[in-house]
Amino acid sequence: MEPTRQALREELLYDKTNKCVQCGYCLPVCPTYTTFGKETHSPRGRINLVKMVGEGRISDLSVLEEPFDLCLGCRACETACPTGVEYGAILEATRAAIVRRKRFTVPVRLLRKAMLKKVFPSRKLMNLAGHSMWLYEKSGLQTALRRSGVAEKLPYNLGAFEAIVPRAVSPGERGSAAAHVRSRKEKKYTVAFFTGCIMDAMFHRINRLSIQLLAEAGCDVLVVPNQTCCGALHAHAGEMEEARELAKRNIEAFEASQADFVVNNAGGCGAMLVEYGHLLAEDDAWRERAAAFSAKSRDISQILAECGVPQLAPRANERVTYQRSCHMTNVQKVTREPVELIKSIPGIQYIEMEQAEMCCGSAGIYNIVHYDASMQILDEKMKQAKKTDASVIITTNPGCLLQMKLGVEREGLSGSVRVLHLVEYLAEAAGITASSDK
Amino acid sequence: MNWKALTADHLTEIKSIVATGRVLTDESDRYSYSFDGSFGTFLPDVVIQTKSVQELAALVKLANREKIPVYPRGQSTSLSGGPLPVKGGMVFDLSVMNDVLEIHEEDLVAVVSPGVLTAEIHKAAEQKGLMYPPDPSSSHVSTIGGNLAENSGGPRGLKYGVTKDYVIGLEVITPEGEIIQTGGRTVKNVTGYDLTKLIVGSEGTLGIITKAVLRLIPKPQQTATLMAIFDSLVDAGSAISKILSSGILPSKMELLDQASMTAVEQYEPLGLPVDAAALILIELDGHPLALREEAQQAAELSRAVGAREVRIAKDKKEEAELWRARKLVSPAIVRIKPTKISEDATVPRSKIPEMCERLQAIRERYGIHLVVFGHAGDGNLHPNIICDKSDPDEMRRVEQAVAEIFKAAVELGGTLSGEHGIGTMKAPFMEMELGACGLDMMKRIKQAWDPNQIMNPGKIFPEPGQKLELS
Repeated sequence: MEPTRQALREELLYDKTNKCVQCGYCLPVCPTYTTFGKETHSPRGRINLVKMVGEGRISDLSVLEEPFDLCLGCRACETACPTGVEYGAILEATRAAIVRRKRFTVPVRLLRKAMLKKVFPSRKLMNLAGHSMWLYEKSGLQTALRRSGVAEKLPYNLGAFEAIVPRAVSPGERGSAAAHVRSRKEKKYTVAFFTGCIMDAMFHRINRLSIQLLAEAGCDVLVVPNQTCCGALHAHAGEMEEARELAKRNIEAFEASQADFVVNNAGGCGAMLVEYGHLLAEDDAWRERAAAFSAKSRDISQILAECGVPQLAPRANERVTYQRSCHMTNVQKVTREPVELIKSIPGIQYIEMEQAEMCCGSAGIYNIVHYDASMQILDEKMKQAKKTDASVIITTNPGCLLQMKLGVEREGLSGSVRVLHLVEYLAEAAGITASSDK
Repeated sequence: MNWKALTADHLTEIKSIVATGRVLTDESDRYSYSFDGSFGTFLPDVVIQTKSVQELAALVKLANREKIPVYPRGQSTSLSGGPLPVKGGMVFDLSVMNDVLEIHEEDLVAVVSPGVLTAEIHKAAEQKGLMYPPDPSSSHVSTIGGNLAENSGGPRGLKYGVTKDYVIGLEVITPEGEIIQTGGRTVKNVTGYDLTKLIVGSEGTLGIITKAVLRLIPKPQQTATLMAIFDSLVDAGSAISKILSSGILPSKMELLDQASMTAVEQYEPLGLPVDAAALILIELDGHPLALREEAQQAAELSRAVGAREVRIAKDKKEEAELWRARKLVSPAIVRIKPTKISEDATVPRSKIPEMCERLQAIRERYGIHLVVFGHAGDGNLHPNIICDKSDPDEMRRVEQAVAEIFKAAVELGGTLSGEHGIGTMKAPFMEMELGACGLDMMKRIKQAWDPNQIMNPGKIFPEPGQKLELS
């Protein structure tokens, strides 16, 4: 049975769309509007489509599908909005409503179920993914695949990504990660480190460097067991129940640690963690616990900037630019600290990109499921990146890190431009190496 | 007038004309071009995006032959309904025509295509030490084409006037699909009728602007800002008149009433005097030595008419802090209730205090949340009514209040619109300001230019019995 108009309005958070006065201030900051050049791909346009459904002028939700599918969810529009429209909430509610009504083809349905419900939340499976990458690299399969040209024929353009995945970490080393690392100087805080799912599988090395940096800066670092995926990919795919379930598991796992802060190094995950309070606001049993958890969530740059990273060796003549993580900028509102940390490295020259806040097009798995759209957005970003003439591009989120590497590769700049996570760059300047580097 | 609906054959012809652009017909696209920053949703049959003036002209020829309405559109920030496709037909999205932006220093002109953002013109001119004065608050998102069509203003209007004062030449597609040039690149140009001035502010009803030559001026060396605080709104109005008649010409003079200040303080505490009745923000520009003296003089004049406090900014940082209050008014007031009716009725400067009194009376008579702020220096107050469009009873009172505001402005020798244009929203009041014969002269011009009435129909001219409807 079709839901009543009132029920549909509630489901799509129609009341929140009323705050939009259609002033268009969101247009110049929206990466999909500026890249695709259609109001249909602007925040104002998308909000209007929800209004039209709420007012009964559009009855078929599939009309909304493409405009909402192609949104990166970067939420730059929220930062630009003069009236405080909660675009993120409208986006998630609308996607959930579309997903609820959509009949995916069997393989897509199975893949969604497998990835979202089984793989990302499972430490075991994500570890396995990490092991497989290592095996893939060490077994010679990678070389064979690259040489044979098979990589280019992989579905979803995965071949493009194949060339840029980071060096894998051996299962032995992965297993040996300590659960408790003591501060290297007088202790300032006890922090619980959020390892993340993809971050830990693909960027295990960055996680280890993060823990070392935190210890150098004066933190006792705990890696609490039973933590799981943050749920961001689920929320963005419209699987809200799944996202809430994961949030609860994380809250429980971290509450036990009694740490001063929950520290993450992935802009996208961090954005989800600071929103657990909103995510569970309607749940009487969890509301307060979720809010308390979110209040303790910090990006690693915030802790490092506060505690200070010791002994950064001067670097000669390096030109550095910083590709901001949208979720860190627009949701966590952490913008000052990463730049301060970069600038604190002696001898570097920091150059801000034009349109620094514009999304790079990575956006979770957007670059895989909407490859062509994502590459158009990336090409715009690379125009600005190239203008800075930087030899190092810093990022603070795994998705951005891979995407910018891909951008550098596409521009044929991989010989002259390095793309690094802020943590890698700081560790390099502080002379810290992960054991896999040795 | 009988406009025709778009047929499948028309669409085929449109697609054959548009060789370099896009023809959008999906429902999601059509709805996305059905609104602007004002009220109402009107579905176009088709949306066309092309940078080619020839293709656009050919489409207008088709429209004229087949009597299909066409509507030029920029980024649709209009507050009066200017780009709304009220009779269906074709929307031309001119925001894609953004590739020409030339600054010619030696001629002191800029040549621009209509999709260029106004702020981009500001930036390009400033890089050469020049200034394009019109500065609508939406300039970072509004296109120059839209500014030209609506004859936009902005805070600097007080000293520098509105868009029409800076346009010297245009390239225009006529409603019959011809491409013509008006004016030129010279400041002095008195050849024949001034079609340039006629088209600027014609709200897209006489043609489609595809290129413009804009006049630039040297950028003033420096600015100075002061804030004067008053215990009575009428005193604030008097201060504005006093300063303006003293020989000082500020670049901006903005007014905030108590309701605006309270809203800002609740939104983001800035330390505004919420117990005061009003404040005015004054910006002066020019030579640094002259500025210092003028700022002192403006402060003394304000005190003489009852300002209880005057703050003068010492540096750029303090200047920005003082202006922050004005910037936050719009976002702050919509936190009170979701619907905002932003009016721009304008009165002669000397009538500002009287207009302030009338507005207070209207607020009380209709029991509405009326906030007054705006470009008081040029008489362009922005009485904003904050309401809830889902409350039909309140909206009926708002409709009556809006009509009263227009009546008050016109009775005081003012006008319906200082900078937003007439569009659909103010059409019902046109005769009140112009009289039947005055309005008829405008209609005859429209008839001569656009015999088939295809160019942005439903704007400026009221239909028989048309009333302002907000509910």
